[in-house]
Amino acid sequence: MSSAEPTRRDFLYIATGAVAAVGAAGVLVPLIAQMNPDASTIAAGAPIEVDLTPIADGQVIKVFWRGKPIYINHRTKKQIEEAQNVDVAKLPDPQPDSARVKPGHDQWQVLIGICTHLGCIPIAHAGSYDGYFCPCHGSVYDTSGRIRQGPAPLNLALPPYEFLSDSKIRIG
Amino acid sequence: MSGHATYQPKNAFMQWMERRLPIAGLVYSSFIVYPTPRNLNYWWTFGGILAFMLGVQIITGIVLAMHYTPHVDFAFNSVEQIMRDVNYGWLLRYLHANGASMFFLAAYVHMFRGMYYGSYKDPREVLWILGVILLLLMIMTGFMGYVLPWGQMSFWAATVITNLFSAIPMVGESIVTWLWGGYSVGNPTLNRFYSLHYLLPFVIVGVVVLHVWALHMVGQNNPTGVEPKTEKDTVAFTPYATIKDSFLMVVFCILFAWFVFYIPNFLGHPDNYIPANPAVTPTHIVPEWYYLPFYAILRAIPNKLLGVAALGASIVILAFLPWLDTSKVRSARYRPLYRQFFWVFVIVCIGLGWLGSKPPEGNYVLIARIFTVYYFAYFLVILPILGKVEKTKPLPNSITESVLQSGVPIGASAPPPSGARA
Repeated sequence: MSSAEPTRRDFLYIATGAVAAVGAAGVLVPLIAQMNPDASTIAAGAPIEVDLTPIADGQVIKVFWRGKPIYINHRTKKQIEEAQNVDVAKLPDPQPDSARVKPGHDQWQVLIGICTHLGCIPIAHAGSYDGYFCPCHGSVYDTSGRIRQGPAPLNLALPPYEFLSDSKIRIG
Repeated sequence: MSGHATYQPKNAFMQWMERRLPIAGLVYSSFIVYPTPRNLNYWWTFGGILAFMLGVQIITGIVLAMHYTPHVDFAFNSVEQIMRDVNYGWLLRYLHANGASMFFLAAYVHMFRGMYYGSYKDPREVLWILGVILLLLMIMTGFMGYVLPWGQMSFWAATVITNLFSAIPMVGESIVTWLWGGYSVGNPTLNRFYSLHYLLPFVIVGVVVLHVWALHMVGQNNPTGVEPKTEKDTVAFTPYATIKDSFLMVVFCILFAWFVFYIPNFLGHPDNYIPANPAVTPTHIVPEWYYLPFYAILRAIPNKLLGVAALGASIVILAFLPWLDTSKVRSARYRPLYRQFFWVFVIVCIGLGWLGSKPPEGNYVLIARIFTVYYFAYFLVILPILGKVEKTKPLPNSITESVLQSGVPIGASAPPPSGARA
């Protein structure tokens, strides 16, 4: 027997249901939040400083930040010219070299060494442009880290970084 | 207000589903229209509370397992990392540790309810025995879980309890070595305890399914011990039992939350915040509170093998309760003499618990021995004899008769409305 008027019982059911829903949400918050990076992981991902003085002209080193491989490439004059003398519009992922280095520091290239296809680490100083070459599926990057051939859709990504002085950078 | 006896889906998809896998129908008949005695009191809500706590322990446990490292060199620190670094890690850890205490509290209340109202009697013997099995599984799970933080108490509890098996003549030492996976408690022990601690709760889930199945076969007992005779004796499980269970579950959760948020370490032992040291045994070594009564019984017997046997017997004897109690009357409500022995038994159990926390010296030993004698005498002497000689009170004719008089609940303040049925 149901009447058109909501009864006290209806009110109690709805009120209990509402409180239960809030309670359920309250229970879910910590259960889901605990899977996010914990304080020690966040602390381990703090910015790192890299001294550039030991890196010779033409040398590439690899450092790790937040578990990602970062290539720091001390580019030669030839490599810088090849990176800049390019018809940007014809690139698969158009981007001028100037957008991929810090102003006044053309010779320092800092990239995340993860192929934008499926995540392998490309080999430095390899491929037809003497840039990077990914052995997994054959993506070829130039001396600016831009994709030229192969299945990768995007240029190699840049990490957040800044020059603390001419010979030191902070990544992160 | 009752629905159909069987689930009749109106939704087309549900009709399709019901023909293929009638889960909705099963839930409907087991937890919605299921006929429940109308006179159940709050002592009957602890079964549902136990199921809820099992869910809490499994969920918090699985989530903790994402951050714990089961290796002797890392276990202690991984727990501290959970407490300090993991988002809400402190909450999850305290929920799980205090949840174990709440789980056992609810289990003991649930069992005492069964003993008071004779819920173990025909035709509920198998239901009761499944419950004893569940208690054993809980004890094993709790023990192994306590070892995992690898504190001083964890390590020494593992050493002492596994050493219990060395009391077994001839094969005892080999069994202990086999349990340890080495010549002492070490990394192999920790690893296998972790594996089994993750496994057993799901075994418990399976046995709980059997336990509820056995219950639904015969129906709930009720405070009068008189089985339902007509439809008037029962009400639909939903909304009556559902709401009553939910209410006490909330009250129980308030108690749970009190421990978790205000006194989260009260039930624990501070020595377990010291990393395990195999060279030094803590001076005041005790198990968690829910094992203390059994610990007291073990220590009360001065012989190694007989002490271990008594420990085992103190739990196993519960399984024989349906046959040890010879009374034809179920509920202690109508057994005035039994009731007194029952309450002494409850005090003895609590007393044994308290004694388990005391050092085994002087008068504590004497009283523990007296209480141990009462514990076993209750099952082996008092109950068998009492059933034969006790003068019981007359039983009500039906459940309805025990709660209503001329159509209103007994003790109601208002007079019956005109035209009310009896």
